[in-house]
Amino acid sequence: MSDIVIKVEDLSKAYQIGQIGTGTISRDLERFWTTKVMGNPDPFLKIGEANDRSVKGESDIVWSLRDVNFEINQGDAIGIIGKNGAGKSTLLKLLSRVTSPTTGEIRIKGRIASLLEVGTGFHPELSGRENIFLNGAILGMRKSEISRKLDEIIDFSGVERYVDTPVKRYSSGMYVRLAFAVAAHLESEILIVDEVLAVGDAEFQKKCLGKMGDISKGEGRTVLFVSHNMAAVQNLCNRGLLIENGSMVHQGDINGTITRYLQGNSFLDDLSQVRGRKGNGKIKFQSVNVYGNQLQESVISGQQLHIDLKLLNLENITSDRIRLDVRVEDDFGQRLSWVSSSLVDIDDAIVPQQIRIFYPRNNFNNGIYFATLFLTVDGEVADWIDNAFQIIVESGDFFNNGRLVPNRQSKILMDFNMTFSS
Amino acid sequence: MNDKSHSDHWSLIIKGHTSLFDVKFKDLWHYRDLLFLFVKRDFISFYKQTVLGPLWFFIQPLFTTLVFTFVFGNLANISTDGLPQQLFYLSGITAWNYFADCLTKTSTVFRDNVSIFGKVYFPRLIMPLSIVVSNLVRFVVQLILLFIMMAYFAFEGADFHMTYAIFFFPLLVVLMALLGLGLGLIITAMTTKYRDLSFLVTFGVQLLMYGTTVIYPLSSAPEKYKAIIALNPMTGIIEAFRFAFLGRGEFTPWSIGYSIIVTVIVLFFGIIIFNKTEKNFVDTI
Repeated sequence: MSDIVIKVEDLSKAYQIGQIGTGTISRDLERFWTTKVMGNPDPFLKIGEANDRSVKGESDIVWSLRDVNFEINQGDAIGIIGKNGAGKSTLLKLLSRVTSPTTGEIRIKGRIASLLEVGTGFHPELSGRENIFLNGAILGMRKSEISRKLDEIIDFSGVERYVDTPVKRYSSGMYVRLAFAVAAHLESEILIVDEVLAVGDAEFQKKCLGKMGDISKGEGRTVLFVSHNMAAVQNLCNRGLLIENGSMVHQGDINGTITRYLQGNSFLDDLSQVRGRKGNGKIKFQSVNVYGNQLQESVISGQQLHIDLKLLNLENITSDRIRLDVRVEDDFGQRLSWVSSSLVDIDDAIVPQQIRIFYPRNNFNNGIYFATLFLTVDGEVADWIDNAFQIIVESGDFFNNGRLVPNRQSKILMDFNMTFSS
Repeated sequence: MNDKSHSDHWSLIIKGHTSLFDVKFKDLWHYRDLLFLFVKRDFISFYKQTVLGPLWFFIQPLFTTLVFTFVFGNLANISTDGLPQQLFYLSGITAWNYFADCLTKTSTVFRDNVSIFGKVYFPRLIMPLSIVVSNLVRFVVQLILLFIMMAYFAFEGADFHMTYAIFFFPLLVVLMALLGLGLGLIITAMTTKYRDLSFLVTFGVQLLMYGTTVIYPLSSAPEKYKAIIALNPMTGIIEAFRFAFLGRGEFTPWSIGYSIIVTVIVLFFGIIIFNKTEKNFVDTI
């Protein structure tokens, strides 16, 4: 009992989605009237629903976290895993006191330091040294503490030469190194790290992971770590916490949690009820299932990608010309890929019930991609669904050397050869 | 039951709903170094890559004084209570600017710092407090300009003198700072939801200046408006400020006592509203 350092009880967080700012005064007054004057429960909280992005919500309140309970022991390294939007970041925000819970409570023993972003509060005009002090103080260190560790921090960052140069002249790599170096030297009993290591080069990533490993194993401090990089999570953490749609669904040792995550990661989407589709509807898309391969549901850069489609042919149409296109766009609507039955030799006289699209090695970097389905029968559009489904790609070892391409650098990964000659 | 109470030595409990008066002054004290680092940051970033550097602190009040002297002194012929016009305006501007800067800068503190506040916790009050201290540095520099001007006019033989009220000077500075801070806190807390207010502030402060005795002495204000102008808590402060340095202005225990009471009330509500807002503003802004 005595070595529990974090205890979370019935923790929930509701977010208001959609337009904030119109009619808020009247709504606030209404809310004030019902809750404070009449003593009724808050009408705007009653109608919440689980946080599931794929289902369009009815109300504009969404529960990002709902009744989460767990305990964390001292010295544990916890990997928090879950799909994008499952509520991981919300949990970290609550733990780091950036925002406060709607209901429930968190009890914490010891100092807590969180690293939701590297280099928070860095000022471009200040020198590296000045920023170490500023950033350290923002993270909760006293000035004397920073002075004592200054040499160590500068040494770890590897930017000694430029420590008196304004950080606006730094490369992004140097910036991250310096920022992480400050955070790594915090003297807190609990360290919370969001997916911040995606930036920086592989060598430095290893150094950071090593440092974090030292922190939890060597120094007996507690680390909470969020990442989509399963290899990193597996390396670093001994326990895992799986969050799905705002609820905690599994807690246990890290391997069990990761297995559970990969199994439960089903991307089967029902398309039969999707609205806003075009076409004459003679043949319609019924469902889609996106997965990596038979053994592993999640889609990882550089590995296999399967898209299984089921078609619905209620009128038993026959045709000798069927064409299917799949377009994939990024979150800015930029088209990244187009595959079509017209590009391959296929017997298009068959009206299929199932279609499988297989990418032997998918070239998408980690991120979310949006796919549009397009089907023609005898030259007429039968079914056309914009943004029919999402492809969530997790970072993978595309180049087989452990080096990752940051998502901001490129969304597409390509095999290449490079030679230096003189 | 017994072992539960025994083992519950939690150093921090995060809850959704806390008492209104739950202001974490202990946290604030722990983060005091951060306050001064923010001040240093503001100062360095202000004059980096400028040619004139800290001289800019002088230029603004100097030119405002010149314009006021021309417009209100020479064209409109508004009384300056027998003081040299430049001295009269500069003293008013110096004091008013400190209050106005504290108010306008703190009134956008949530919006300006959302990227920091959204990523890391530290007592949010540190930020507005650092603004008040940053502006204090600026105020002291501008005060030097006032002293230079006073020395010049003393040499010219102008009729003014410092009074015993100079001992109240620290109190006046604290009042200006806290009044600006308190109002700013209220406004910034409200603007997280009602964005309209931020538009009000920019010209509201300017209008308020004309409702304060910056460009005219209270003694020459028309009788029917005098009571309204005196209701403005800044009036008492600026009058006292002028009385302390130049020997003109209305300085009574009532006028200053009124300003103190208003400041305390405004600050009290400011801190409470700010404290209430800081917990969740990241979700709404």
